[in-house]
Amino acid sequence: MVAAAEIYEIAIIGSGPAGLSAAARAAEIDQRAGGGSAPSHLLLEAHSEFAKTIHRYQKGKFVMDEPGFLDLRSPLRFRAGLREAILDHWRRDIEAKHIHLRYQAEVVAVSGQRGDFVLRLKDGAELHARQVVLAIGLEGNPQKMGVPGEDCGLVQYQLDDPAAYRNEVIMVVGAGDSAIENAIALARQNAVIIVNRRDEFSRAKAGNLNAILAAINSKSVDLQCYYASSVKSIKPAGADGMGCVHLSTPEAVKPIRCHRLIARLGGVPPRRFVESCGVVFPSARPDALPQLSPRYESNVPGLYIVGSLAGYPLIKQAMNQGQDVVDYIHGVAVEPVDHALLALQFAALPYAAGVDDILALYQQRIPMFRRMNTLAFRELVIESRVLMSTPDAEAQASAQAKSEQAVKRRAEAQRTRQRAQLAQLKAAGEALTDADAAPPPAPKATSVLRQEDFLFRSGEYSNTFFTIVEGEVTIISEDGSKRFVLGPGQFFGEMSLISGRPRRGSAQIGAETILIETPRRSMLKLLNSNDEVRAGIDWVFIVRALQQHFAPGLPMAALREIAQRVTTRSYATGEQIYHEGETGDCLHLIRSGTVALFRQTAKVEVAVGHVHSGQIFGQLALMGDPLRRETTRAAVPVETIALKGPEFLALLKKDPQRIAVLQQNTTVQLEQISQLASQPEGGHLVSFLMHQGLGEATNAIIIDESLCVGCDNCERACAETHGGRSRLDRKAGASYASVHVPISCRHCEQPHCMKDCPVDAIHRAPSGEVFIDHSCIGCGNCQSNCPYSAIRMAYDAPAKPGLLSWLLLGLGAGPGEDPHGVPDQAAKAKGKKAVKCDACMDLPGGPACVRACPTGAAVRIGPEQFSELIARR
Amino acid sequence: MHQHLLSYRRRRYLRLSLGLLVASLLIYFSQAPTLPRNGGSWQGYTLGGVATAMILWLAWLGLRKRSYRSSLGTVQGWTSAHVWLGLSVLPIAALHGAFQFGWNVHTLAFVLLTAVVLSGIYGMFAYLTLPQRLVRVHGDQSRADWLTELNAIDARLRELAVDADARTQAIVESAVDRTSLGGGVLAQWFGFDRSRVLDPAAAGQGSRLLGNRGQQRLIDFLAARIPLAEQRGEVAMLQELLALAGRRRRVLDTLRKGVRLNARIKLWLVLHIPLTLGLLSALTVHILVVFLYW
Repeated sequence: MVAAAEIYEIAIIGSGPAGLSAAARAAEIDQRAGGGSAPSHLLLEAHSEFAKTIHRYQKGKFVMDEPGFLDLRSPLRFRAGLREAILDHWRRDIEAKHIHLRYQAEVVAVSGQRGDFVLRLKDGAELHARQVVLAIGLEGNPQKMGVPGEDCGLVQYQLDDPAAYRNEVIMVVGAGDSAIENAIALARQNAVIIVNRRDEFSRAKAGNLNAILAAINSKSVDLQCYYASSVKSIKPAGADGMGCVHLSTPEAVKPIRCHRLIARLGGVPPRRFVESCGVVFPSARPDALPQLSPRYESNVPGLYIVGSLAGYPLIKQAMNQGQDVVDYIHGVAVEPVDHALLALQFAALPYAAGVDDILALYQQRIPMFRRMNTLAFRELVIESRVLMSTPDAEAQASAQAKSEQAVKRRAEAQRTRQRAQLAQLKAAGEALTDADAAPPPAPKATSVLRQEDFLFRSGEYSNTFFTIVEGEVTIISEDGSKRFVLGPGQFFGEMSLISGRPRRGSAQIGAETILIETPRRSMLKLLNSNDEVRAGIDWVFIVRALQQHFAPGLPMAALREIAQRVTTRSYATGEQIYHEGETGDCLHLIRSGTVALFRQTAKVEVAVGHVHSGQIFGQLALMGDPLRRETTRAAVPVETIALKGPEFLALLKKDPQRIAVLQQNTTVQLEQISQLASQPEGGHLVSFLMHQGLGEATNAIIIDESLCVGCDNCERACAETHGGRSRLDRKAGASYASVHVPISCRHCEQPHCMKDCPVDAIHRAPSGEVFIDHSCIGCGNCQSNCPYSAIRMAYDAPAKPGLLSWLLLGLGAGPGEDPHGVPDQAAKAKGKKAVKCDACMDLPGGPACVRACPTGAAVRIGPEQFSELIARR
Repeated sequence: MHQHLLSYRRRRYLRLSLGLLVASLLIYFSQAPTLPRNGGSWQGYTLGGVATAMILWLAWLGLRKRSYRSSLGTVQGWTSAHVWLGLSVLPIAALHGAFQFGWNVHTLAFVLLTAVVLSGIYGMFAYLTLPQRLVRVHGDQSRADWLTELNAIDARLRELAVDADARTQAIVESAVDRTSLGGGVLAQWFGFDRSRVLDPAAAGQGSRLLGNRGQQRLIDFLAARIPLAEQRGEVAMLQELLALAGRRRRVLDTLRKGVRLNARIKLWLVLHIPLTLGLLSALTVHILVVFLYW
């Protein structure tokens, strides 16, 4: 009967960052109301310590405070630091703030609704609360592998103490933060294999991203990574204590022996418990999250959900939400902390509506974003650029002024906040770190354009993704002959995003238009985060690809049904797509990558051509010749859309005018094939070039050895125009038939170096050059990601006397990289930075290497010039 | 795409060069027949001025080649022009002096010019033909690849020789140690092979250090040694040594040819450039002297 007396205003279940922050806020409010009376809140924790998940982090772990652009809003202290320091702060705050916390109080049932919830504890006790905040997180409920043999005893889903394992071979599956942290900790005294389903670690926090790539690159750490790989099956441990995991990698299925497998695939909601409280989930998928109101209230009135169960997996987000939810419960209308950032993005837009209304409107208006969780959409908008068009210069100036003013206000607010924080830290006697005093990230506000400004032009290398919210955008075809107008809810730019090829067509912003321009990285994060969203977006992309290639005149709606029947296929490097002599029933449209075509001659197989993204191959199978006359193989990882006969015919029926274009393209392709087939030497050369990675190149240097006199003026030119460091190694690299491919950047379609750059220092210029800017931190990720060894880490070269001093007085080492030059103190202090070819994008005359070649042996080419190269031999 | 140095831009500099030559001839023959033609007429001065300007411009290639930021044409274009205009500067200079030669500083300048042009002609020949020969010699492997193979063979030879009898071991090891490749300018240019081998059993016949050109002595020794093998397994080991020595000869031959070709591609500049500097000095003296004694 004691329990009956226990009635609280707010019961908070779970004492993780969200729950603690909520309780701290509630305690603050209690204190303000006069601390003497009984607390109106209760924080319930199932275990004997708070923040169980963070307690479980390994000792001495550095906890990060991502995302950097977000402010912290909580009565509790939190900044990036050691696990121990953070827990210690919270422990003291629990005391100081008078948080009413009950340990060993696992809630097993919640019933009732606003005003009278009954919470039953495991020990049978019952207590009452007017409102309930559920902050239980996902960590207790790991996502399972779902492969044969996962129950054989080799697999575990949790790692409490990495130091407990020694001299073992351990496989870690997952690409999130916990997988990375486990892998790194285990690699100190074990051999670790980390398996990433995708080909980059795009989900991880920047700090972890850095650490894992550094560990993979390091020779002293026994950590190996399999990208684009997944576990197929698991065999139990034998007498030696090692089991066998069959891993499906891009090359083959590999059996890998290991002592244990740690799967860190993230948590899934403890669905049964949450549903028993009356909360409804929107779908049956195991990772589905409950649907919440903007104030985090579930479908059960008075039952609020915060933290990772609400889709806020990061500590700072969860803490902010904890404070906000208590404010909401107390009827205080606060804006979420990212509100200010969104308001900036919308600063110059001609709306009277508030941020939330604008967001709701946008999400409702754009079909692709409708499936997204509201929070993920907010983040996407913050990371994107919001663009608007104005009719004239005057309107542009006034909108720009609005935008700039908002930025100024935000920057001022940030500075004030930082000063206050620093003062607070100083008062508390804490040591300040560089991160505390670092300037806050620059705010981003609406970008204002004039109507009819170009968003991009044909041939330009950019890979952002545009979504039209209002107004219209005109897309002008490559040759300028056709114009399409896209309206609200539609998007464009996805081809370059997927293929890495330059823009095929230009885009012009219309009158009174508002767009969201999303960077490639954010789009990839979105695609990687949620299979449902990925499937949705992918499908729309397919419709668009079909529209562009087969029926440009048709609206997307007309192609929907056909798009549902085609399949997308992925091929690993070297994988065969079809074989000469077999009967084909489909054509392929390449979404990304390059495919090489081969024919078998009496003795050997000869390359007879290559097709790249945006082109089709195998179409003759649907045009009256089902026999495959070439073998096709992926020269680099390839993704295609495969179209069978009925769909192809249906498409052609919809737009009969396309037949002629298709026939013409086929004729061009056949001519190229017949030219190469009649010149097997040329075919061998193409095979060689493909093997050297020129299939994915856009601009690579090749040297005709029969003209090269070995003067190395190319290398010297490179060093002299790039701070004394050559980015070209002429002597290294392979040769075939007097064509030499030196070690130098190929400016790949999808630059390998660009993925996993933690500071986003690698960019592609609109004209195609891939370059590294001054923000490089020297982590070496790009160097190890480059399959062509075209990037190296180097100190700034020491200064040299001028050319005439060398020529006339013999001072210094002469032009070119000085092999004996010793870096000076400043260079050493700065550290080694990544250097690579930038194709001399800043030089008016173009690449210095080619212009400095006295005999014309060095030229720069892309795959489209292979046939010219062969024809000239 | 790749374009030949001489045919650069449809031989535009050949045409320019021929044009200059024709113009120079016209100027030359426009001299009044009453006086002997010489460098002192206005025609002579004109031709001298043209030739001097050409020489200065031709020498400027050394700077242009190293002005890596320059967007004033390409180095290939400059080199093409250098070759064609360089060929015509000699006849123009001869026309300027109206073929009057003697033992004086003026003729010295002309002789130096001739030497520069001749070395340049050799250089052009080297640039045009030798890289192709180098490709044929090296095949699709680089010099580094051939050196790597040589190192692997040497390591294996030493490893095998440890189990051989003392004389064989000494011969094999000394053949490896005393192999010569490259060397001074002449050795590179002519591809001398001064390899030696040390035969401990050859004491009676004077020096124990014998010539091993083309690794022939090593091969001869091994081939002669095989039939004399007594122990089991010895033949197999000696056969492998012989096979390795044969391959080694081929690798060394390739490398030596490569060195020789490389030397011929590059070493002519060692003449061309100092001669040019000499020419510039002689030319300065020639001009000063002409104006001093005017």
